[in-house]
Amino acid sequence: MKQINKFALATLAVAVAAGLAACGKKEEPKAQAPAAAPAPAQDLVVKIGHVGPTSGQIAHLGKDNENAARLAVEEANAKGITIGGKKVKFEFLAEDDAADPKQATTVAQKLVDAKVVGVIGHLNSGTSIPASAIYNTAGIPQITPSATNPKLTAQGFKGVFRTVANDVAQGGAIGTFAVKGMGGKKIAIIDDKTAYGVGLADEAEKAIKAAGGTVVIREALANEKEQDFKGVLTKVKAKGPDVIMFGGMDAQMGPMMKQMKALGIKAKAIGGDGAQTGEFIKLAGDAGEGAYATLAGLPKEKMPQGQAFYDKYKAKFNVDVQAYAPFTYDATNILIEAMQKAGSTEGAKIIDAIKGGTFTGAAGTYAYDDKGDMKDGAITVFVVKGGKWDVAEVIGGPKAAAPAAAAPAAAAPAPAAAPAKEEKKK
Amino acid sequence: MSIDVLLQQIVNGLVVGSVYALVALGYTMVYGILQLINFAHGEVVMIGALTALVLAKWLLGAGVPPMIALLLAILIAMAVCAAVGVLVERIAYRPLRNAPRLAPLITAIGVSIFLQQIAILVFGRNYFSFPELISKTPIEIGHITINMNEIVILITSVALMAGLLWLVHNTKIGTAMRATAENQKVAGLMGIDINKIIAITFAIGSALGAIAGVMVASNYGQAHYYMGFMLGLKAFTAAVMGGIGNLWGAMVGGLILGLVENVGLIFVRGDYKDIFAFVVLVAVLIFRPQGLIGERVAERA
Repeated sequence: MKQINKFALATLAVAVAAGLAACGKKEEPKAQAPAAAPAPAQDLVVKIGHVGPTSGQIAHLGKDNENAARLAVEEANAKGITIGGKKVKFEFLAEDDAADPKQATTVAQKLVDAKVVGVIGHLNSGTSIPASAIYNTAGIPQITPSATNPKLTAQGFKGVFRTVANDVAQGGAIGTFAVKGMGGKKIAIIDDKTAYGVGLADEAEKAIKAAGGTVVIREALANEKEQDFKGVLTKVKAKGPDVIMFGGMDAQMGPMMKQMKALGIKAKAIGGDGAQTGEFIKLAGDAGEGAYATLAGLPKEKMPQGQAFYDKYKAKFNVDVQAYAPFTYDATNILIEAMQKAGSTEGAKIIDAIKGGTFTGAAGTYAYDDKGDMKDGAITVFVVKGGKWDVAEVIGGPKAAAPAAAAPAAAAPAPAAAPAKEEKKK
Repeated sequence: MSIDVLLQQIVNGLVVGSVYALVALGYTMVYGILQLINFAHGEVVMIGALTALVLAKWLLGAGVPPMIALLLAILIAMAVCAAVGVLVERIAYRPLRNAPRLAPLITAIGVSIFLQQIAILVFGRNYFSFPELISKTPIEIGHITINMNEIVILITSVALMAGLLWLVHNTKIGTAMRATAENQKVAGLMGIDINKIIAITFAIGSALGAIAGVMVASNYGQAHYYMGFMLGLKAFTAAVMGGIGNLWGAMVGGLILGLVENVGLIFVRGDYKDIFAFVVLVAVLIFRPQGLIGERVAERA
């Protein structure tokens, strides 16, 4: 018997090790066919990389981004773009980081070795930050359409950009809105232990205090895969909050709404952009009614070419946009346009072109500060009403966006392949 | 920390713990007979949950009343899981029955990954929202909040565990299972069809797993292809804590793990929940390496 139990112990160790390994890499990244047929010999072949989690818990969001980047690359190829007088064929290399920081650095190195000119991604902050060091060493630009943690652009790397406002802005907006817009006095904060979730929750906490609210409890889930929230919610309930803020993704906030309802918690809930998805509504069901979530960027209705992009995306992939697709599409176009502007595929020149320019995309106008953060990034607060996300309030944003916001975007379907146009010369 | 929170955490813990216990039974039954840790068991639970979910949604769509839809879905999911369990044993484990112990162990991990990938192909990577077939409207009883769904989970698990104990101790099949666990060769000489008994063991364990899968999916309101992994690890932990190979051990271990996780939250923040649970496991194993109820060898089945 003793023998057997020693064996059982050893087995447990093996199980944990195997489990960790499984977390790290659940499946081989799929080899992606290049977006276009091999270019004729005289054309310049330019490789653009995209990384997002196309396997694992938030694969739906990763695929959403990948689709949008692919769409932008295919459009650029169809249009026939010249850089420095040479005709260019773009090749699209899509990689899967499974939202795992370890795998993120592996695929980042793989893309660098494949000599990509620039990278769109990664989706998560936790993966973008370690990967950014590799792209920085290689001297190539990285534009993330969705990583919002402030640390990403605070590392002093030259070539890191994002097409969404960072968590300082977003978390701040959540905190302020929780107090002023939702009338919260006692606010509970729960995060999912990821760089994104904790960063967002930290910024929200500061803003709540600044706005005169009280944070009654700060809790955290075991990890971003946890499903059982009842224990944590029981503690939260005991503090009697009127608003619960969650820093994390839709895959947890959705069922969390259900478990809140089952525990008889009446507090209103607010999350960040990770929860502002169609998936959230599916997962939360009726319990999601009245939940708030923010999105860094303008709402679809107020994007300059929002409706046109959504229609184009739907027509091409036959699925609805989940969340960051418009920002990924714009990020890809910014990269391509910067190459044209620089007349070069050299990393340093592209980076300078992005820094010096103002870009108009489907989702808004982009201009960058020294760190690579957006100047005047808008934040939109959404609320679930009748099983749909409704705009509750738009916070901040460039003044220039105001007229565009007034005009219904659907009224002017833009030419399908219109690239981002530069408004201001360098 | 007030008494309300303690009582509520005990309720939360008992509900989760009873699901752990049901899954742990699947591990412990197989271990008792084959000394094999069937790592694919967590995946069988996941397949049960997803099968039941898809069926229940389809039946509800066809206008079947919720209770009947739920029962039908569970019954079919049990049959599917039993079939999966028996097939896995027949194809992956039986040829390795006389191989060194590490071979079937590694195979089990392989089967687990294989089943996960199959589930992705069949059901997709998406998260599924589990329909509310039993009311989750909160019921306040004194200091605690509970709902019909949780009450049904508790009662069903107790009934199933009692049923299993009865089966193992009071029926011919149970006697044969215990004999096989005791000594396969001798049991074979006594006229017991070892292969049949092992297949039955896998079928029962997997069917229980299917029910546990439905319970956990309905309790959390969600199911997806990855749900079996952590649940399987937790249930395995519960089985080891209770004394692997022992039916009572799996039940006690499951309930204790559920309680430790939830009551432990009174002392630690939510992010330390799993750490706290595993620390308790390590502590138990230091003082009782055979598990809490590990010494009753005769009870193995």
